[in-house]
Amino acid sequence: MTRLTPTFDHLSSQNRAGFVAYVMAGDPDAGTTLETLRGLADAGADVIELGVPFTDPMADGPTIQRAAIRALDGGMTLKGVLELVRQFRQTHADTPIILMGYANPFHAFGYAQAAKAMAEAGADGLICVDIPPEEDAELRGALDSHGLSFVRLAAPTTSDDRLPQVVTQASGFVYYVSTTGVTGAKSGQTADIADAVARVRQASGLPVAVGFGVKTADRAAEIAKVADAVVVGSAIVDALDQDGVEAALSLAGTLADATHAARGG
Amino acid sequence: MTQPNAFSQFPDLAGRFGEFGGRYVAETLMPNILALEDAYDRYKRDAEFVAEFDLFSRDFVGRPSPLYFAERLTEEFGGAQIWFKRDELNHTGAHKINNCLGQVLLAKRMGKTRIIAETGAGQHGVATATVAARFGLPCEVFMGATDVERQKPNVFRMKLLGAEVHAVTSGRGTLKDAMNEALRDWVTYPDETFYVIGTVAGPHPYPMMVRDFQSVIGREARAQMLDRIGRLPDVAVACIGGGSNAMGLFHPFLEDESVRLVGVEAAGKGLNTPDHAASLNGGKPGILHGNKTYLLQDEDGQITEGHSISAGLDYPGIGPEHAFLHDMGRAEYRSATDAEALEMFQLCSKLEGIIPALEPAHALARVRDLAKELGKDGTILMNMCGRGDKDVFSVAGALGVEL
Repeated sequence: MTRLTPTFDHLSSQNRAGFVAYVMAGDPDAGTTLETLRGLADAGADVIELGVPFTDPMADGPTIQRAAIRALDGGMTLKGVLELVRQFRQTHADTPIILMGYANPFHAFGYAQAAKAMAEAGADGLICVDIPPEEDAELRGALDSHGLSFVRLAAPTTSDDRLPQVVTQASGFVYYVSTTGVTGAKSGQTADIADAVARVRQASGLPVAVGFGVKTADRAAEIAKVADAVVVGSAIVDALDQDGVEAALSLAGTLADATHAARGG
Repeated sequence: MTQPNAFSQFPDLAGRFGEFGGRYVAETLMPNILALEDAYDRYKRDAEFVAEFDLFSRDFVGRPSPLYFAERLTEEFGGAQIWFKRDELNHTGAHKINNCLGQVLLAKRMGKTRIIAETGAGQHGVATATVAARFGLPCEVFMGATDVERQKPNVFRMKLLGAEVHAVTSGRGTLKDAMNEALRDWVTYPDETFYVIGTVAGPHPYPMMVRDFQSVIGREARAQMLDRIGRLPDVAVACIGGGSNAMGLFHPFLEDESVRLVGVEAAGKGLNTPDHAASLNGGKPGILHGNKTYLLQDEDGQITEGHSISAGLDYPGIGPEHAFLHDMGRAEYRSATDAEALEMFQLCSKLEGIIPALEPAHALARVRDLAKELGKDGTILMNMCGRGDKDVFSVAGALGVEL
């Protein structure tokens, strides 16, 4: 069992939505990322998604694309990402960390070796954007054998017929992509999202996190009323790039508070 | 009758050619990919669809393209007979339009209202814009900003044809970034959009579908060889970027075990330098743009840029069916450098009165070796997949001539 289950159980017992914060590993360097990871956990992030940079992030908008280029220009590798996780674990034992990226860096590392190294470093799972259920057997098997979660993505285009196939082998939580589009695009209508979250939750029996296009505290609070967790990525990455670690953490704190308080009123 | 082998039976139902191919796309696109697969499966057996494809292939594209005996190059190389399949005579000057025609006809059948495409040098963009114009569908083409600057005539052609050209500045602004951006557009407007991929790569069913539309090249050439010389060629040769003209030539010969298939990759400044685009000869298997195949990549799995004097060959991947045929040993993959392509570009122009595109000029460099290997009794079929008008500026530049 990963750290995800107790985290979501705890949130559920308090009737609070979780706040999931995304940051790109190595943007612009490893030191900045480590400081940001620790700060995010302290600012109220319940789960952290740590981006693994890739040259060709075909599902990401301009903000994450540029962050990936900065990270790669700074020399970040999958090995470097795992080292960041290991260092984060020295100070933060309980906050789950999910790696998020594209298949090829993991394929080049070797799926089995990557899963083993992730478990050793203290990661909890992986979101792999370009591994749909049809292609996941080998990677999911490797993660399973090290007790890691393979977090699945569901989208507005995922039909009721297809949904069971998408979520059957999922673990940890399901990431619902709130809109057709890339990361950082406009987010979908709240009513549609509420409906979709209910469907995904029922089909999977897992908590559902909603991401893509959540930028403000108001929006986070709206999503928090209907989903089990709210994911914010591009807005934090933008703040980090434009105004530095302190600004990014301040934004994350505001978003975390709004998410946590949303169901209280 | 030759004994059938299994090579032409791929891909399997999961879109796999052995371990290659597949459908590595974001979940948002997956339902679209499955719908495309269903639609293609239905229409490829639909007599009306096939008849329309054949009609427009004849009257709009100009098929069948001739088979031509390259007599003076045969003399020059002093060995096997060299025959060209003249796909450079197609409308828009290359083989690309065969596939665009098929995909745009399919888009219409599927009720899609908007066509998108990626392009490197602009050939596939022009071909897509051409067919989209003919069928009255709005067309948007994604092209790396660097290429937009370098290929102004093709940008203007696309605009004349009514297409909108998006200069892609994300990533490094090259062909692979244009493909990323087209995928991002598709993920944003999945319902109304048909993405016309220009080569035998991408998620299933694209590698199979593009191959099928391009196989008209090999089917015609096979029949023409039998008609003209009463036998099949000893070797069929084609250049390879993503590999669509080569796959179109090879596929109808896959079960003719006497016919050697030779693909020629772009070796750029040499395979021993970082500046080449030879995915099979200088890359390793990985996952990009929806398929598993050989890729140019570093040890961390980051994709590296291909280089070739030919903008049509500098893609860092290759179609998964080529990866399969390579590993199975059914096809051989060689390479030719920028310098060899330049030499052949000039030689073919002078001796045959055909200015080849730089892409098939690569193939011709290996035809020279093969002609000697086979000797005077041998026969070589090469796909002349594009004409060289588009390349005169870059060739002049490379030769130090100011225009």
